[in-house]
Amino acid sequence: MTKRDYSLLGPDGARAVETGLAAAEWYHTEVPRKVMKDLMQRSDSPAIRDTIILYGCMIGFAAGGIALWGTWWCVPFWLAYGVLYGSASDSRWHECGHGTAFKTAWMNNAVYEIASFMIMRNSATWRWSHARHHTDTYIVGRDPEIAIMRPPAFAKLVAAFFGIPDVLAFFPRMIANALSGPTADERTFVPQSEWAKVQRVAIIYTAIYAATIGLAFSMQSILPLMVIGLPRMYGAWHHIMTGLLQHGGLADNVIDHRLNSRTVYMNPVSRFIYWNMNYHVEHHMFPMVPYHALPRLHDTIKHDLPAPNRSIAEAFREMWPALRRQLSYEDYFLERALPASAKPYRTDFHKAALGDAIPAE
Amino acid sequence: MPQWIRACATDDIDEEDLIRFDHAGQTYAIYHSPDGKFFATAGKCTHEDVHLCDGLVMGHLIECPKHNGQFDYRTGEAKRAPVCVNLKTFPVKVEGDDVFIEVA
Ligand code: FES
Repeated sequence: MTKRDYSLLGPDGARAVETGLAAAEWYHTEVPRKVMKDLMQRSDSPAIRDTIILYGCMIGFAAGGIALWGTWWCVPFWLAYGVLYGSASDSRWHECGHGTAFKTAWMNNAVYEIASFMIMRNSATWRWSHARHHTDTYIVGRDPEIAIMRPPAFAKLVAAFFGIPDVLAFFPRMIANALSGPTADERTFVPQSEWAKVQRVAIIYTAIYAATIGLAFSMQSILPLMVIGLPRMYGAWHHIMTGLLQHGGLADNVIDHRLNSRTVYMNPVSRFIYWNMNYHVEHHMFPMVPYHALPRLHDTIKHDLPAPNRSIAEAFREMWPALRRQLSYEDYFLERALPASAKPYRTDFHKAALGDAIPAE
Repeated sequence: MPQWIRACATDDIDEEDLIRFDHAGQTYAIYHSPDGKFFATAGKCTHEDVHLCDGLVMGHLIECPKHNGQFDYRTGEAKRAPVCVNLKTFPVKVEGDDVFIEVA
């Protein structure tokens, strides 16, 4: 059994570079160029519609929460506002970071900046960390966005549903970034030309949080923090619930997204909050396809993918026992069966990379 | 010594699209712009070792299929993160139905 070192400056990352596992060429399902071009087409209208609904609901729920503050009736308003602030911002950050949500660049950038602030990610740093997540998805020591490290830390996972680890990590990092730019590990994936921007963004965030906290003190009330900051905690549960399913319990150190990513059919409300990222194998295989075309992409390539989970609950029932097994045996992972129509998993590279890892039967 | 090489026929590339062209161990991308002109750049992204031919042409931009970085393929200018380094461009001429690029 191998002990994983997730540090971006550690030996696992260095080994991935040496063996060619890092920045490797990944498996892709064959899709005719004409079909793919059609799937990749950009459009402003779906994202404009969804953004008006999102921000409109947020304003309405916050207004209700403020108007009813001091009574129990405010609770459902804050719960609804919190999920949109602390979870829908994750998918907006993600899709606008890829630049695929809108056709018009400034719209992508504006929603990206707002969402980055709400989800507490430095907008300049995280653009680059996510690029690395796509280059080296779940390659240990290379991917800075591995949500469930092995062995899984269950207490931390549960705390993540309330945003606790992320928020605790964010504030010291924000102050460090504001004082001296990116940290040493961030400098491994953020190009030097962007370091000043990382610092500028951190200074702006610090100023906004300082003003909000100042207002809360002057009002002798946490109400300002219910609007800015705290919803990242009380509304985080949905993005953690969906985010853990993206890769949890599946293989690491492979170069076939069918082995390390999970597609889950979800209800329409979760799909709105998550902006269709439940089609996660599809997204990783073809990151150029906008969120609104992912259901069509799924129909196009599903013959080559493991069967999707039928619901969030079913996906958790599959993932949770695998995570528990990783507690005692770190190398364990789920290998889902492929349909007869699919090309076999790319195992050539993986045999060497996975060592004696034993997949599920 | 620069020389003109035939890369493809004009109708090998749809308008607002690109194809990959390999020659003498080098890989190039040949573009057909929406206004009917042809352009050529290096075939791989400057961010990572990824062929641009699977990317998306939008107007005069090519978007890389890996991380959605964008270049103006007429000038090679990097237009959108994560690309920071410009793309090399090559002169192109059309003679009859053939597209030629000038390579070193
Ligand atoms: S490889 Fe082209 S943008 Fe990253």
